[in-house]
Amino acid sequence: MKRWFKQFLATGDLFVWCCGAGLSLSLLMIGGLLLLILVNGFGYFWPADLVELTMKDGKHVVGQLAGDDVSPKGVPRIRMKVGNRDLYGLDFKWIETDQIVERGRPVELVMLERMEWGNFYGRAVALVKEDQVIAEGTGPVLKALHLLLPREGGNDTLDMYRLLVSDANGKEKSIPLDQILRVLTPNDLSIIEKLWVYVGNIWTLLTTEPREANTEGGLFPAIFGTVMMVIIMSIIVTPFGVIGALYLREYARQGVVVRIVRIAVNNLAGVPSIVFGVFGLGFFVYGVGGTVDALWFPERLPTPTFGTGGILWASLTLALLTVPVVIVATEEGLAAVPREYREGSIGLGATKWETIWQVVLPAALPGILTGLILAMARAAGEVAPLMLTGVVKLAPALPIDGTWPFLHLDRKFMHLGFHIYDVGFQSPNVEAAKPMVYVTTMVLILVVVTLNLAGIVLRNRVRKKYAGSAV
Amino acid sequence: MLDRPSRIMTGSLPLAVPSVLKMYSEAQNYSGVPHPHGAPLKSKLLVQEFCFFYGTAQALFTINIDIPEHHVTAFIGPSGCGKSTLLRCMNRLNDLIEGARHEGKILLDNEDIFSPAIDITDLRKRVGMVFQRSNPFPKSIYENVAYGPRLQGVKNRTVLDGIVEDSLRGAGLWEEVKDRLNKSALGLSGGQQQRLCIARALAVKPDVLLMDEPCSALDPIATGRIEELLFSLKKELTIVIVTHNMQQAARVSDWTAFLYMGQLVEFGLTKQLFTAPAKKQTEDYITGRFG
Repeated sequence: MKRWFKQFLATGDLFVWCCGAGLSLSLLMIGGLLLLILVNGFGYFWPADLVELTMKDGKHVVGQLAGDDVSPKGVPRIRMKVGNRDLYGLDFKWIETDQIVERGRPVELVMLERMEWGNFYGRAVALVKEDQVIAEGTGPVLKALHLLLPREGGNDTLDMYRLLVSDANGKEKSIPLDQILRVLTPNDLSIIEKLWVYVGNIWTLLTTEPREANTEGGLFPAIFGTVMMVIIMSIIVTPFGVIGALYLREYARQGVVVRIVRIAVNNLAGVPSIVFGVFGLGFFVYGVGGTVDALWFPERLPTPTFGTGGILWASLTLALLTVPVVIVATEEGLAAVPREYREGSIGLGATKWETIWQVVLPAALPGILTGLILAMARAAGEVAPLMLTGVVKLAPALPIDGTWPFLHLDRKFMHLGFHIYDVGFQSPNVEAAKPMVYVTTMVLILVVVTLNLAGIVLRNRVRKKYAGSAV
Repeated sequence: MLDRPSRIMTGSLPLAVPSVLKMYSEAQNYSGVPHPHGAPLKSKLLVQEFCFFYGTAQALFTINIDIPEHHVTAFIGPSGCGKSTLLRCMNRLNDLIEGARHEGKILLDNEDIFSPAIDITDLRKRVGMVFQRSNPFPKSIYENVAYGPRLQGVKNRTVLDGIVEDSLRGAGLWEEVKDRLNKSALGLSGGQQQRLCIARALAVKPDVLLMDEPCSALDPIATGRIEELLFSLKKELTIVIVTHNMQQAARVSDWTAFLYMGQLVEFGLTKQLFTAPAKKQTEDYITGRFG
C-alpha cells in the first residue's frame, strides 16, 4: 500500500491532476463571470415582448418579464418590469403565479421611452394638438407619431402635441410629445425588426449621453473619458518608466542602494490605490494645480482652473500608480537583451548611449510594450484614485472639443469604472439601474480588452519586424 | 631557437626592433619556412608585460606577444586559459566588466591603447571584433552593415550604399544578400550571419580584426568559407583569431600562440609550432595528450 502510494507520487500524475484541476477551476470562474456579465449586458438591449397579465382580482398588469424565483413563503413568483414610475413609484413588481388568471401579448401594447420617469407601458389612446384630437386608437396614433417623431429633424413644434395614453387598468395620462424619445410596439415587431432595434439600442448606448441620473441613455462620455485618460496616462508613464529602468539597469552601480530602490519600486505597486488618490489630490491638484492657478490664472481665483480635479491630474496619478509595472517589465526586457548585442555595438565604436539607443532599446521594445499593456489594464480598471482627482458623475463637456485650445486637460471627466459605482450604488432607483450596471461593466471590459489588444498587436508587429524567421 | 625560452619577447626589448621580426628571419633561415605572403614584416600590436585581473582573480600573467601586420595570428589553448581575455583586451572590451583591471601595456602602432590620450571609441573603430556567437543586430542587413559608418556620421546615402556593398563583398556575402538588403539580418543562416558580422566590422575600415572563435558554431562548409575569407582579408588587415580547433589554427594562421593557465607558453611560426614545438606542454596539447 505504502509502496504503491510512493510509486504513484513518483510518477507525478497527482501533481499534474492538481494543476489541471486548479487551472480548470480558475478558467471556469472567469468564464462564468464573463458569461454572467455578457448575458445580462447584451440582454439589456433586446426589446422583449410586453405581457399583459389578468389577475384573480380582475386587475391587469402590463410589463416585461424580468426573471422568476420562489418567494420566501414558498410560492413561485415572477418579476415584471412594469415601468410607469410616475404612476406606480417602482419600476419592478413581484407577482405570485397562482394569482394569475391569464397571460396575453396583445399587439396594440406600446412602450414609450421618455426623457423622465423611465419607460411607459400601456396603450395609446389619442394624439392631441392644442386641445384638438388628431388621431384616436392605437393604429392611427402610431401612424401619426411616426410622421412627427424623427426628433433629429429639429421639429420644434413638438411641444404643441400631447399623447394620451392609458395604463393596463385604463388609468389615463397625457404626455407632452417632446418628452418622448421613441415609441415601440414590441409585440408587433418581427424578429428582424427586433434585431434592428437591438443594434440601434447598442449604437445609442455607445454614442449618446446618459439621462436620468445615469440610469438611462448612453455611455459615450464615460467611454471617451476612460480611453482618453488611459492614453494620456500611457504617454506619461512610458518615458518615465523606461528612463527609470534604463538608469537602474544600465547606469546605476549595482549595489545595496540600487537593490533598495528596486525593492521600493516593487512595493510601490502594492500600495493601495486610494493612497495614490490622496497623494494625487494633495500633490497634483492642490500643490501643482494650485501653483499653476496662482501663477497663470490669478484673475479667475478663487474659482480654481487647474487647482481642482481634472483629467490631467487623474492621468498623472494613475501614471504614478502604474510606473512600477513599466519599470519592472522594462528592466526584464533590458536584461533579456543578449550581451552580444551590446558588445557588438561597442566593438564597432559606439558609445554606451548610442548602443542603448540604437540596439538595446529596440531589442527591449517588446518588453517595454508588455509593461505598457499591463499598466493600461491596471489603469483602466482603477476607480478609487480617480474619485479624488477628477472623475465626476456627469461631465457636461468632453476633454476634447472644438473650442480653443481643443484639448482641455483641466476638465473633469466621466469614467466607466466610476459609472458602475455611481449607477449601481448611488442612484435613487437601484432596481431600474441594475441592467445598466451590467452593461457598463461589459463596456468597461470591452474597452480594456480593446486597449490591450491594440497593445498586443503593436508588440507582435515589433516582434515580427525583428523576428528571425522572417524570410 | 628551439632551446630558447618560450617567452620570445622579454619586456626589456626595445620597441624599435621587435624581436619577433628577428625571430621570423631566424625561423625562415632555420627551417626554410616560406614567407606567408609578400608583405614586409612590421609589428602591429605589441603586448608588453601584460597582466589582467577579474577582481582578485588573475587571468593573465605577464604576457608578451608581438603581432605582425598583415598576418593571421592564432591563439590556441584549453578552455579558460585566457586567450579570449587577451583578445578582448586588445580593443578594451573588458573595460565593460566591473572590477577588471590590468597591468602592463598593449601597443597599437606604438601607441599604448590604455593611455588616457586614446579615444576609446576610436580605438574600437581601428580594432574590430567578431564574436563567437554571431550577433547581428535585430535590424535589416543593410542597417547592420551601415551601423558603424552611421555612428561616424556618414549620412550620404550613396556613400553608405558604397560602404555596404564593399563590406559585404569583402565578407563574401554580397552575391547572396544583394536582393534582400532590407530584410531582417536574423533571417540569414548561421554562416551568413557570421559573415555579416565580419562585413559589419569591415565597414568601419579597421586595421585589426579580432575574431573570438568565429567558427565554433558553424558547420564545416560555412567554416571553410570563413577561412577562405581570412586569406583574402589579411592583405588589408591584421587578424588575430582565437580558436579551439587546432586544425583550423594550422590551416589559417601564420603565427600561433599557445596559452595555458593564463601564461603564454609558446609563440612562433605556425608551421614551426605545430611540427616542432619548443615546449613539452605545447607538444602535449597539440598532440591531444591533455587539454
